Amino acid sequence: MSGDRDPGLQPERTRLAWRRTTLSSTVAAVLGMKAALHGDTSASAIAACAACGGLWLGFLVLAHHRIRVLASTTPPPALHPRRATAAALCTVALAVCAAALVI
Amino acid sequence: MSEFVRNVRLWFAPEGVRQEGVTPDYRFSLANERTFLAWLRTALALIGGGFAVDQFLPDLRWGWRVGLALALLAAGVLCSLRAVNHWVRCERAMRRGEDLPVSRFPALLGVLVAVVAVAMVVVVLVGWEG
Repeated sequence: MSGDRDPGLQPERTRLAWRRTTLSSTVAAVLGMKAALHGDTSASAIAACAACGGLWLGFLVLAHHRIRVLASTTPPPALHPRRATAAALCTVALAVCAAALVI
Repeated sequence: MSEFVRNVRLWFAPEGVRQEGVTPDYRFSLANERTFLAWLRTALALIGGGFAVDQFLPDLRWGWRVGLALALLAAGVLCSLRAVNHWVRCERAMRRGEDLPVSRFPALLGVLVAVVAVAMVVVVLVGWEG
């Protein structure tokens, strides 16, 4: 196991990069939920809050799956373009959600 | 522009990426992936900044507040879309053994962030005086 370990620890660094990015998305989603429920408990506010939570959950699932692949396969396969697109679209959807809340 | 359309098609049809050239050393692909994630974090930070402007500067006039927040959110959207596009382009360049693509996006984003920061300082100072 330790014999064929990459001395540059590339898979581990990539795993931590996914963790950091998940943490960033958590911060953004929490800010979004706070904005949605700011003194307002109407149906649309709760829907916006749920959307932020759902997007965060989607990103978490994507990141967690990739982390497991990175940890279990040597050498790790390249990131699937569909996963990269999905991660970016989660971010875009969060921004759209934010724009709807701001206006 | 047609190059961009082809790249967008590759986001959703990844088999196209795998058919070209040879698979590069996995460490290069992982480095490309980390760069992509760093850009995604930048995008998330911009989006978080948009939320923060809207929430934590409530004394601003509506137009300024919404304008600044929307500018930050738009920058976040651009940044994340560009992150995928650049990742696909780098991946393809590595498979074909070409030079990595160059981009003026980092400079543009830097200028935009600087402009928003200056605007924010001006608006907060003027807002507090008025």
